Amino acid sequence: MAIFYYSDRLMQVDKNKEIVVYKKHSLTIRWTHWINFPLLTIMIISGFMIYWANDVYTPFIDFTFYNKVGLSQKLALGMGIHFVFMWLFALNGVAYTLYLVFSGQWREHIPKLSSFRDALLVTLHDLKLRRHLPAQDKFNGAQKIAYFSIAALGFVQLLTGLAIYKPVQLLQLLSLFGGYENTRFIHFIVTVLFILFFLVHLLQVVRAGWNNFRSMITGTEEITESEIQRAQGIKK
Amino acid sequence: MIVKKITLKNEEFARNNRRSFFVAGFASLCAAFGLYSVFVSEQEDGIQSPLRKGFLLNENFWKRFVKSERQNSIVNSPPTGTKARINGDIGLENDIDIEDWNLVYESPFVKKTLTLKDLELIKRTSSQAEFRCIEGWSMPIGYEGVKFYDFLQTIDPQGMSLPYVGLETPEANYYVGIDMQSMLHPQTILADKMNGAALGKEHGEPLRLIIPVKYGIKSLKRVGKIFLTDVRPRDYWAENGYDWYSGH
Repeated sequence: MAIFYYSDRLMQVDKNKEIVVYKKHSLTIRWTHWINFPLLTIMIISGFMIYWANDVYTPFIDFTFYNKVGLSQKLALGMGIHFVFMWLFALNGVAYTLYLVFSGQWREHIPKLSSFRDALLVTLHDLKLRRHLPAQDKFNGAQKIAYFSIAALGFVQLLTGLAIYKPVQLLQLLSLFGGYENTRFIHFIVTVLFILFFLVHLLQVVRAGWNNFRSMITGTEEITESEIQRAQGIKK
Repeated sequence: MIVKKITLKNEEFARNNRRSFFVAGFASLCAAFGLYSVFVSEQEDGIQSPLRKGFLLNENFWKRFVKSERQNSIVNSPPTGTKARINGDIGLENDIDIEDWNLVYESPFVKKTLTLKDLELIKRTSSQAEFRCIEGWSMPIGYEGVKFYDFLQTIDPQGMSLPYVGLETPEANYYVGIDMQSMLHPQTILADKMNGAALGKEHGEPLRLIIPVKYGIKSLKRVGKIFLTDVRPRDYWAENGYDWYSGH
């Protein structure tokens, strides 16, 4: 944190120079985002402690890395952690969703039909196969699809988790996902998707640069020339 | 893009940012300290005490929604003679002579020793369920024997008012504690047959518990003693970091 503090100070070339900023992320979005980060990490790690005890999906993908990183032989601890932090994870997710609904910001997250075409164009651009970016709102098509899907998957994860946690009391929910073993498999696959999302998200944050990353902490982003160009879909 | 643009001085922008980074740093430290204190706290029965409390809080929360008529149901029991997975032999170390086997029963109202002949007088029930192990695997089983409800109804109906049931293997190497509500569930059976065949040594002959509203760790093999009590009976896996309740 001290590094950020001093880097900000060093950037003050002219104290009184006027700059244009915009409010990108509200306080609630920033808090729920950063609370979610350690919670999801803890849920995934404890989830692998539990998965270790019956690691039957190995024929699909070899997920035996927990042996190397010390997550084996920890079923009891994994369950202890998972069933405490699930509450915090769920409450934070519900708070985030309610905020999006009541603030009207959900509109920025719902993909439109054109989002799928835009997402393809954005992906091609990011892979340096295309020069131009399509015009975008706060989020581009790929972001809309990714952010909406990840929130929806969070909800799926909550429901599949509940169903395998209380499979007798929540029998209807369990049946909805196709029974105990199918539900456990879905719960596992969604975890894999969370990890993939995280890796792509991290890469994109690094690519987007400091100004963008800082706005997730401070809320405001300095409007630069490239920012305006990106919004209008002019070549970058 | 419709955004609310704000014009402000460089100095002001930097000040706002510094404040946010300070809050972020402070919150991160608090979170790190909070997590650290959970994981270094004292162990209570094989797990950090805050996590043990978590198990208990969850138990008290979820218990309120338990409805006894909800069952662990599967459509068909497996064909007769299907081999059930063998997954634990604690308490089965020494061979026993089934002819000599008997069941010690203790409650504040009744104390007696029962033989297989005594159990034959009680109504028999068969059931089927998906047997779910705490490790994450499951298997369908058919099983039959004496419903625990009928067992108590026959030998000690008064005992149903007590909150807990303890079960132990004859040498008490394996032991479980279960709440009375779950023990009286219609699928909770003191079984002598699984998948249409006798239990065999691995599955705890001559009599084992099958309680499909709990994880398999509670389905004690080779029952030697059953007792009813006011205090939570000790439980083998709950002493090793697992949830005492472990209910579905």
